[in-house]
Amino acid sequence: MTALISLQHVSLKLGHVQALSDVSLTVQAGEHVALIGANGSGKSTLLRVLNGLHPVSEGRLQLATCRQAMLFQRPHMLRSSSWNNVALGLWLDRSLGLRWLQAKARALEALSVVGLSGVKLQNAATLSGGQQQRLALARAWAKEPELLFLDEPTASLDPPAKREIETLVQEMIAPKDKPTPMTLIFASHNLGQVKRWASRVIYIEQGRILADLPTADFFNAECLKQHSQQAFLFLQGETS
Amino acid sequence: MNTFSDSAFTALELIASLDLGLLSIAGRSLGVSATACLIGCGIGIALGAYLGVSRFSGRSMVLTVLNTLLALPSVVVGLVIYLLLSRTGPLGFLGWLFSFKAMVLAQVVLVVPVAAALSRQVVEDVDAAHGEQWRSLGAGNLVRCVLLAWNERFALLTVVVACFGRAISEVGAVMIVGGNIEGFTRVMTTAIALETSKGDLPLALALGIVLLAIVGCLNVLLALFRHWQDRHQQSKPSSLRGWVT
Repeated sequence: MTALISLQHVSLKLGHVQALSDVSLTVQAGEHVALIGANGSGKSTLLRVLNGLHPVSEGRLQLATCRQAMLFQRPHMLRSSSWNNVALGLWLDRSLGLRWLQAKARALEALSVVGLSGVKLQNAATLSGGQQQRLALARAWAKEPELLFLDEPTASLDPPAKREIETLVQEMIAPKDKPTPMTLIFASHNLGQVKRWASRVIYIEQGRILADLPTADFFNAECLKQHSQQAFLFLQGETS
Repeated sequence: MNTFSDSAFTALELIASLDLGLLSIAGRSLGVSATACLIGCGIGIALGAYLGVSRFSGRSMVLTVLNTLLALPSVVVGLVIYLLLSRTGPLGFLGWLFSFKAMVLAQVVLVVPVAAALSRQVVEDVDAAHGEQWRSLGAGNLVRCVLLAWNERFALLTVVVACFGRAISEVGAVMIVGGNIEGFTRVMTTAIALETSKGDLPLALALGIVLLAIVGCLNVLLALFRHWQDRHQQSKPSSLRGWVT
């Protein structure tokens, strides 16, 4: 397997807050990595660093050239049609080199994949939360990313919308027609989702990685306790 | 009180009879302020939107200057523009002094800081909340400022109305650079000042009523437009459907 991401001793200060401290991490192509931890632990910051949204203040970040997409907890949609919103996401990505009409054509296909063809002309800002997240997924799907970042994509959704998004993400990260699965790095508080999606779990506390284990080992109490007492206590708290 | 009610009655008569002098002053006022608002908002909103999304050293200094310019006295603007446009001034060759163009220029100078400061706040707020999503999609500062300003176009319409209010209600700058020449550069505010000093209160009051009516009509139009837009786009609150808040 090829290393897609390599972080070496990365630290990041946001204002006066030490958001990340001495984080080292390697992600291989095709891995599905979950980042878990309490609120404010640094999961979302780490995702943003990996996506290039925050430049690192110390350390080294190496990222293999690949198409990336990121989904946020609450996607922002412009007051324009759903179709335009997806097409714009494609058109803005210079690596795709699409003209507006080409972007529109691909956006139409993406809308049909997420089941939103029926609202393609509707103002995206007036869609429900679940529909907006599906639209964001369509925007990501259409880019055919090799690396997908998800920042708590179902945290703000009601249960039916949550199920819809989970199904779509599942289809997206392990497509039946492609031999290599997509590389996925996601932050989540939902341990069920972590078990379903992740092949590896990273526990973060106060900007530091305290545990980095295969999913089966992470959810094995004895194994986790051996590796990190803090991660074990966090998991106990979450599952009790 | 009698003087006021008499003046108000005469003013309404002047308006009802579509007095030509009144109409010509009101029309000129609208022309100057609408043109200044269009140009000033074009410059100010573009500048404000860019400042809202960009980060550079010295930005806080620029914002302080911009916010200070909000309190720019119109007479000072008038004086500076007068000096610039006067025959011996650096822009004297334009020959704009005591003309429609000079009044527009003075009002543009007054409008730009208002448009820039208010739109900067609007765009900065939305960029703080969602800007990184657009950066993640590949939008640089310029694209982001255009997209977010367009997305906040209804909030920016209020900025335009505020700017129009600032332009049409100011008197100092247009008085100095326009000269209040009858039939040429006389606008509502300068006419009100002149008629009041002459003791012709009914005409002054009529002009005041027209001034308020114009701004009032503009606000009603804006409210109707927003109402129509809300109904057309299934109203804003529905965007919260499906979110667990």
